Amino acid sequence: MIAVLRRVLTMAVTLLVISALVFAIIKLPPGDFLTNRIMELRSMGEAASVAKAELLIRQYGLDRPVTEQYLIWVGLMPGPAGFSGLLQGDWGWSFEYDRPVSEVVGDALWLTLVVNLAALVFVHLVAIPIAIYSATHRHTAGDAIVTVLGYVGLAVPGFLLALILLFYANIWFGLSIGGLYDASFTGKPWDWPKIKSLVAHLAVPTLVIGLGGTAAMIRRMRANLLDELAKPYTVTARAKGMPPLRALLKYPFRMSLNPFVADIGNLLPHLVSGSVLVSLVLSLPTVGPLLLDALKSQDQFMAGFILMFVALLTLVGMLISDLVLVWLDPRIRMGAR
Amino acid sequence: MSPLLSIQNLQVDFGGHGAPFRALHGLSLDVTRGRTLALVGESGSGKSVTAQAILRILPRAATISGGRILFDTGRGATDIAALPPDGPEMRAIRGAGIAMIFQEPMTCLSPLHTIGDQVGEALRIHANASRAEADARAKDAFARVGFPDPERALHTYPFELSGGLRQRAMIAMALILKPALLVADEPTTALDVTTQAQILALLTRLQDETGMAILLITHDLGVVANVAHDVAVLYRGRLVEAGPRDTVMRKPGHAYLKALLHAVPRFDMAPGERLTPIRPAKAVIQPARKPVAIDSPILRVAGVSKTFTLRSGRFGGPPRVVRAVSDVSLDLAPGTTLGLVGESGSGKTTVSKMVMRALTPDSGRVLFNDGSGPRDIHALAGADLFAYRRAVQFVFQDPYASLDPRMTVRQILTEPMEIHGIGTRERRARAEALMAMVGLEAGALGRYPHAFSGGQRQRIGIARALALDPKVLVLDEPVSALDVSVQAQILNLLKDLQAALGLSYLIVSHNLAVIDYMADTIAVMCRGRIVGQAPKAALFRNPVHPYTRALLAAVPDPSLDHPLDFSAITGDHSDPVRWPEPYRLAPDEAGHMVEIEPGYFVRQGAADARRAA
Repeated sequence: MIAVLRRVLTMAVTLLVISALVFAIIKLPPGDFLTNRIMELRSMGEAASVAKAELLIRQYGLDRPVTEQYLIWVGLMPGPAGFSGLLQGDWGWSFEYDRPVSEVVGDALWLTLVVNLAALVFVHLVAIPIAIYSATHRHTAGDAIVTVLGYVGLAVPGFLLALILLFYANIWFGLSIGGLYDASFTGKPWDWPKIKSLVAHLAVPTLVIGLGGTAAMIRRMRANLLDELAKPYTVTARAKGMPPLRALLKYPFRMSLNPFVADIGNLLPHLVSGSVLVSLVLSLPTVGPLLLDALKSQDQFMAGFILMFVALLTLVGMLISDLVLVWLDPRIRMGAR
Repeated sequence: MSPLLSIQNLQVDFGGHGAPFRALHGLSLDVTRGRTLALVGESGSGKSVTAQAILRILPRAATISGGRILFDTGRGATDIAALPPDGPEMRAIRGAGIAMIFQEPMTCLSPLHTIGDQVGEALRIHANASRAEADARAKDAFARVGFPDPERALHTYPFELSGGLRQRAMIAMALILKPALLVADEPTTALDVTTQAQILALLTRLQDETGMAILLITHDLGVVANVAHDVAVLYRGRLVEAGPRDTVMRKPGHAYLKALLHAVPRFDMAPGERLTPIRPAKAVIQPARKPVAIDSPILRVAGVSKTFTLRSGRFGGPPRVVRAVSDVSLDLAPGTTLGLVGESGSGKTTVSKMVMRALTPDSGRVLFNDGSGPRDIHALAGADLFAYRRAVQFVFQDPYASLDPRMTVRQILTEPMEIHGIGTRERRARAEALMAMVGLEAGALGRYPHAFSGGQRQRIGIARALALDPKVLVLDEPVSALDVSVQAQILNLLKDLQAALGLSYLIVSHNLAVIDYMADTIAVMCRGRIVGQAPKAALFRNPVHPYTRALLAAVPDPSLDHPLDFSAITGDHSDPVRWPEPYRLAPDEAGHMVEIEPGYFVRQGAADARRAA
C-alpha cells in the first residue's frame, strides 16, 4: 500500500517535470497564436479585432515572462484571474476556436477513448485465439495462412485501408462510413438514437485502427507461446492428463501474458496519438486531428492540454500495468528473482 | 501374474528437420507391480524416449513406428501405443494410472501457481473433485511426502521452496491419485547428495505403502544399487542387459555396464588408480616450463567473510541480511588441488567468486603469490590486476551456456590472447596447440560450439581457460552438467594437464566422489563456514565431523555391499545446533578450528570451554 502511494507521488513529480517540458517545447517556435494573429489583423487594419486580441493577451498573461506564464498555466501562481490553471481544472482558452479548451475537447476526449478502447478489445479478441491456434498448429497450412495474412495486415497502412473502405462502401452499399455518428446528430445531446448511431459507426474505425495491432500481436503472442510450450511445466501438465486446451490456457498462456501487461503503459498514449491519420481520413471527431491543428497554429493552451492528457494516460497506464503484474505474477509480488 | 506394464518390440523414430533416425530399435521390457525397474544408460541411449513413449508425451518430431505398450488398467490390458496421444483414454491413464516426475523440479512446476493448486489439479481433472476436496487431499499428500507444514504448503509458490522440497512437491503431485506406475526420469540428478538420499528414501517408503511400480531412469549406478529391484541397460536404443539387480550388477557380463561402472569416481579406488573413460580421447600435452617451486601457498584465502542484503519479501519490510561466507581461510599449495565441498547454499561458489575477484569480501584478504611474495588481490589495480587476471582462470559448470554460440572455436580461444596483446601469428599457433592439449582436432577450430557434444564443449572451455598460460584454475562443478560417459574423460584430462603444466586447481563441487578423485586437500563447507579441512586420505579415513559424515553417508555406492542407511539421513545434518558435542554450535556461535591430527582441522563449539568455566 505504501509502495502504491509512493508510486503515485513520483507520478505527480513526473507529471510536473513533463508539464515544464511540454510548455517549453510549445513556446520554442518564435511567436504565439495571438501575436501572429495581431500582426495579421494589423496588416488588414482591423483595429477593433486587434484591441480584442490585446485584451486576451493581458487576460491570459501572455505579456508576462515565460516562467510566470508557465506557473500561471499550471496553476501554481495567481494569474490575472487569480489561481486558475490545470491544477484548478481550468484547461485554458482555445484561441483558434475562441472557446474554452474544455468545450472544444469535451466530446472528442471520450470519443477518442471509446474508439481506441474498442480497437484494443478487438485486437485482443481476434489476436489471442489466432495466436493460440497458430502456435499449437505450427508448420501447418493454417499456421502459414495466418502468418501470411498477419504480414499483410502489418504491411498495409491504416489510412490506406480506411480510404479503400471509404471508397468501396460508398460504391457498393452507398454508405458513408466517415464520422462516428450520423451527420444529423452533430451538436445534438447524447440520446438513445445517437448512441445507436455511434455503435454502428464504430465498426469500421475499430477494424482499421486495430488491424495493424492485431497482426503485430499475433506475431508476438505466437512467438511467446512457442517458447512457453517447450517448457517442462507444460509437459508436466500434459503428463497429469489435463485436456490440451485447458492445460494451454492455465500454464503457457498465462506465462506469456506478462510482456503484454507490461505494454499497457505504452498502449494508452498510443490511443490518442496512434490513430491521427486514420481519424483524419475517416473524419472521426477524436483528439488526434485537434492536436495536429493546435500544434500547427500554435494554439498553446489547447496543445498543452492535449499533450498533458497523453502524459497522464502514459503514467496511469504504467501504474495499471505494474499493479496488474504484481497481481498476476507472484514472483514480482514476493520480490523473488 | 501378468506384468503391470509390458513393452513389446517398441520402435520410435525421429523425423522432422534433421536426418531421420531410430531412437529405439525394438525394445522389450516388463515392469512388475511393487517393484522398481532401473533403466540405465548414457544420454542418447533412448531411456528418456522410452518414458515419454509410455506417457505418450513424445516430442512432435517423434513417432511410435512399431511395437506395443501394454498397460494393465485393472480392467484388462490397454495398448497405449495404439491410443491417440491426446484422446480421453490416454488422458485418463496419465496422472491416474501412470504418473511421472522429472529431473528439474524448478522448471517442471509453474512459477505462477501455488503448489497446492498444481498438486490438487490431477484430482480435479480425473475425479472431478471440488476445490475444497482437492485441497484436503493435497494437504494429505504434502504430509505424506514430508512437508513440515502441509497447510502452508498449499499456498506456497515453487520459488519459495528449496530444491528438495520442490521435488517432494512433484512427487506429491504425481502420487495424489495413487497411480499404479510412477515413471521417474533422473529424479535426483539435480539435487545435493543428502537431498538425493532423502528423496530416494521417500520413494522407497511410498512404494512400500502403496505397492506402486517405479520405472526409474538414471545414469547413476549408485542410485541403482540402492533402490532398484531390476535393472535394464540401454545402449543406443537397444536393450543390452536386463534382469534382477543382483544378477546384473554382480556379474556385469556385458562390457558396457562394466565400462559404466569404471567411468565414474568411486570411494574404493586404489590410490593413483585412473578412471577408464568409455570412449578414450587422446590429448597431446606439451610439458611447459615448470613454475618456480615456492614453499608458500600460491593462493591464500585469509579469513574472508561476505554478507548479502536481500530485498525483503513483501512490500515495505526490512531487508534481510544473509551471511554467505563467514571467516573462511584456505591455502592452495602450488601444483596441488584444493577441493571445496558442501551442499548448495553452503557458500562455496561465493568463495570461488571472491578468488576470481568477481565479488569483494566484506572482510579478510585473498593473497596471491607467484613467487614474488604474497599480494592482496583485492588491492591490485592497473597492470598488476591485468597480470592477475591472466594467472587465474575459470572453468564453468555449464558448457552449453558458457560458450558464445556466435563465435567460432578459434575466436573463443584467441579472444583472451587478443585482450592480453598476444601477436596474431602466435595466437594461431597457440590455438592449435590448445586444441591438441584438450584432445580435439585442430581442423575443428573454424566450427561453432553447437557442432560439439557436451564433453567436447567442456574441453573447449578448458582450452580457453588455458589460453593465457595460467597458474591457477578455478573449476566450478566442472563435470556435474556432463553425461557419465564423458565425466571420466574430463577429469583425467584435468589431471594430465595439472601434471604436465604444474597447474594449481581450486575445485568446487557437491560431488564427494569427484572431489575425492581430484583433490589433495579437502575443505568441507556448511552454512558459510569451514567445518573440516584435511588432506584427502585423512578426511575419508576418519570423517569425524557430523556434517562430513552425513555427506559421506549419503553418497550411494554402486557396489551392493555398502547399501545406504536411509534411516540415518534425517535432514538435520546441516543444522549446527543439532550437531553432537563437541561440534555443537549455538546459534551465531563461530566455534574454533581444532587440529586433531597433523594437517586435519575440525570446527568445534565452545562447549568444552563453557564446561571448564
